[in-house]
Amino acid sequence: MADFFGRREGVAHSKKQFKSQLDRVYRWFTLGFVVYVLLLGGLERLGMPHSWIGMTFLLSTIALYAGIGIMTRTTDAAEYYVAGRRVPAIYNGMAIGADWMSAASFLGLAGTLYLTGYSGLAFIMGWTGGYCLVALVLAPYLRKFGQFTIPDFLGERYGGHLPRFMGLLAAILCSFTYLVAQIYGVGLITSYLTGIAFELGIFLGVGGILVCSFLGGMRAVTWTQVAQYIILLVAYLIPVVWLSVKQTGIPVPQAVYGFQLEKVTTKEKELATDPKELEVRALFSKRAEVLAEKMKHPELSMAADKLAATKKLAALKAGNASVAEVSAAGKALAALPKDERAALREWAIAKTADEIKSQPLNGMPAHAAQFLGNPDGTVQEKELYDTSRRNFLALVFCLMVGTSALPHILMRYYTVPSVREARQSVTWSLFFVFLLYCTAPALAVLVKYEIFTVLVGTPFDQLPAWVNEWNKVDPALLSVVDVNKDNVLQLNEMTMGGDIVVLLTPELAGLPYVVSALVAAGGLAAALSTADGLLLVIANALGHDLYYKMIDPNASTVSRVTLSKILLLIVALLAAYVAAQKPADILFLVSAAFSFAASSFFPALSMGIFWKRATGTAATLGMVSGLSVTTYYMITTQPWLRTTFGITSPIQLWWGIDPISAGLFGVPVGFAVIILVSLVTRPPSQDMQALLEYIRYPDLKAHDRSFAAPAPRQGRAISHQAGDGL
Amino acid sequence: MLPAELHRRYWRKNMVVTALLLFVWFVATFGVAYFARFLSFSFFGWPFSFWMGAQGALLIYCLIVGFYAWYMNRLDAEHDVADEDD
Repeated sequence: MADFFGRREGVAHSKKQFKSQLDRVYRWFTLGFVVYVLLLGGLERLGMPHSWIGMTFLLSTIALYAGIGIMTRTTDAAEYYVAGRRVPAIYNGMAIGADWMSAASFLGLAGTLYLTGYSGLAFIMGWTGGYCLVALVLAPYLRKFGQFTIPDFLGERYGGHLPRFMGLLAAILCSFTYLVAQIYGVGLITSYLTGIAFELGIFLGVGGILVCSFLGGMRAVTWTQVAQYIILLVAYLIPVVWLSVKQTGIPVPQAVYGFQLEKVTTKEKELATDPKELEVRALFSKRAEVLAEKMKHPELSMAADKLAATKKLAALKAGNASVAEVSAAGKALAALPKDERAALREWAIAKTADEIKSQPLNGMPAHAAQFLGNPDGTVQEKELYDTSRRNFLALVFCLMVGTSALPHILMRYYTVPSVREARQSVTWSLFFVFLLYCTAPALAVLVKYEIFTVLVGTPFDQLPAWVNEWNKVDPALLSVVDVNKDNVLQLNEMTMGGDIVVLLTPELAGLPYVVSALVAAGGLAAALSTADGLLLVIANALGHDLYYKMIDPNASTVSRVTLSKILLLIVALLAAYVAAQKPADILFLVSAAFSFAASSFFPALSMGIFWKRATGTAATLGMVSGLSVTTYYMITTQPWLRTTFGITSPIQLWWGIDPISAGLFGVPVGFAVIILVSLVTRPPSQDMQALLEYIRYPDLKAHDRSFAAPAPRQGRAISHQAGDGL
Repeated sequence: MLPAELHRRYWRKNMVVTALLLFVWFVATFGVAYFARFLSFSFFGWPFSFWMGAQGALLIYCLIVGFYAWYMNRLDAEHDVADEDD
């Protein structure tokens, strides 16, 4: 069993044998998985309760990942850090697909597209277009350099501990922010899937992550991620394909949703002028006005609220009301805001919500409309159009550059056998990411069509059962209220959070519960695989770069790997602890990680490869300044960070750019600082320039050694590869 | 030809193809997005710029990356710098 994933006990396979063995393993795995899902589906028909199916799915997938982890355990450094550098391009592509597809993009992307229409495409373009930068600018050269981590490259290329240390800090900063978001996602999914407590779900999930990455490092993570990719692809595609068949009769949603989009656009125009919708919208704007009135005299309004609630409770108690009604009124009384500040905050939130719901289409822009506002309209509309377009472009830029600089992705290109395979591997990664990302916009449109044409207009007593079930789970995710009391659902009477769009799809398509559980298991796979990759970046940065390279270069291989494992454990528990505090604004954390990565790594890495003159001092200062500008902009403009740091000055946006795209300012500053400082500092040594020559060519043949004199530094890089056994 | 000259040529060709592909990438992404509202003619049922954002740009990215891998692998062999794995 143990040599499924490569050589053990001295049994070495040729590359071809290894690949064909992997093909066989994963073919059987996929088949087995499909049979398993069908089996559970059969058991559901025989009457197995939903919570059992959810629990079985959760435990069996985690056990599977842990099993792969145990089978691939290792203490060998090259195996632990870079999976022995023998992962075939196509499998590395799949692993990157899973590494890349985080909980946020598996669960949230289609939801964002559903809610924002064209604007949401910024995520699709940004998160795929970044791979062009990876392929053309970074991956082949990093692979040729061929060590273990990204700070490794910075340390060797720029010389000295300072650039390495900055890279290490930046890697930890962006990976940790991202990791907390993933673990939070794990908690959400496990608690949805099984009904266990959020905190318990987090620790169960972290257990699964740990067994895998703790024992086998990159080697275990790679083979688990391939399995996870297969699960999440199957889980993402089944409900969409089904929905597509249901609506159009054609099982290729990506090809046919253009026609559904046309229908959605027609329906949107209808809904915007529908008298019943107008009625509901008027009611909401009245509510907002009432709240605005209340906010003018908070003290009086609070007293009035309290009096009304007390009176209601008394009246219910006096008249023969049911126990449930009385306790609900009691709870409402107890839940009234305690002081003026709390009251004002609560009302402000409610007022914003009501204002959104008084707009056409529940505050959603028309799905196919490019940007808000109107370039030919009034001055205000024109400005809105310009700002919205500028923000779209800025977000695409940040996500692209961030994608290309995230260490957990770049690190994966160290695991392929050669530069040649590194290039092919980027192609495969992008292809596997593409499969998922070109489906997300289709999913959003099909769900929108279903909700606009089937659900809206349904009498309240005939709504499908899942509407009420979700209402019970969390009203912020899905709730319906008959505001105008006509017993028919209007679009604006429904509140829906973006995060449940994907989880809802199986139910919208009328599929059995086992598919819902499958989708949740897919989301779990997405969250766990990304968390695995991120955890490894942090542990390796500390264990390899900080301890081995900077503190004790004489440490033995075993002690290095052991230390990395211990650190992994500590970081995982720390991240789980932070995630259990439920930090606000998860989506912001994710995008912040992209801006951090973009502004710290991209200028230093790309200049390091393409400009021989770039010096170490310049790179360090470039990373510091890029990161500082990004952080400064975020802290001064993002509401959540502003409250955390207690900033009260008015928000000053630069050119109207939202804090989510803060990296837009950090990246050019990073480049400018590197160029300017390089020109005034001493040029890099001969050694360093020779190293650059070395990484630019996949292989300089022996007869040409004079061209790139093998400096001691290179010698080490080469012996590393050879010594650790390719 | 001297090997050094051969390698310099290899690097120049690499730079040219990288720059060209980055230009295509830039136009397909930022060019199309900037003029999105003017490019909203119907394209197989989709508004063109919507289709580009949802599928077209992604396809172009795949082609860029795939072409680069193919071109560079050939260039490696031609200039005698191809690396062999195992």
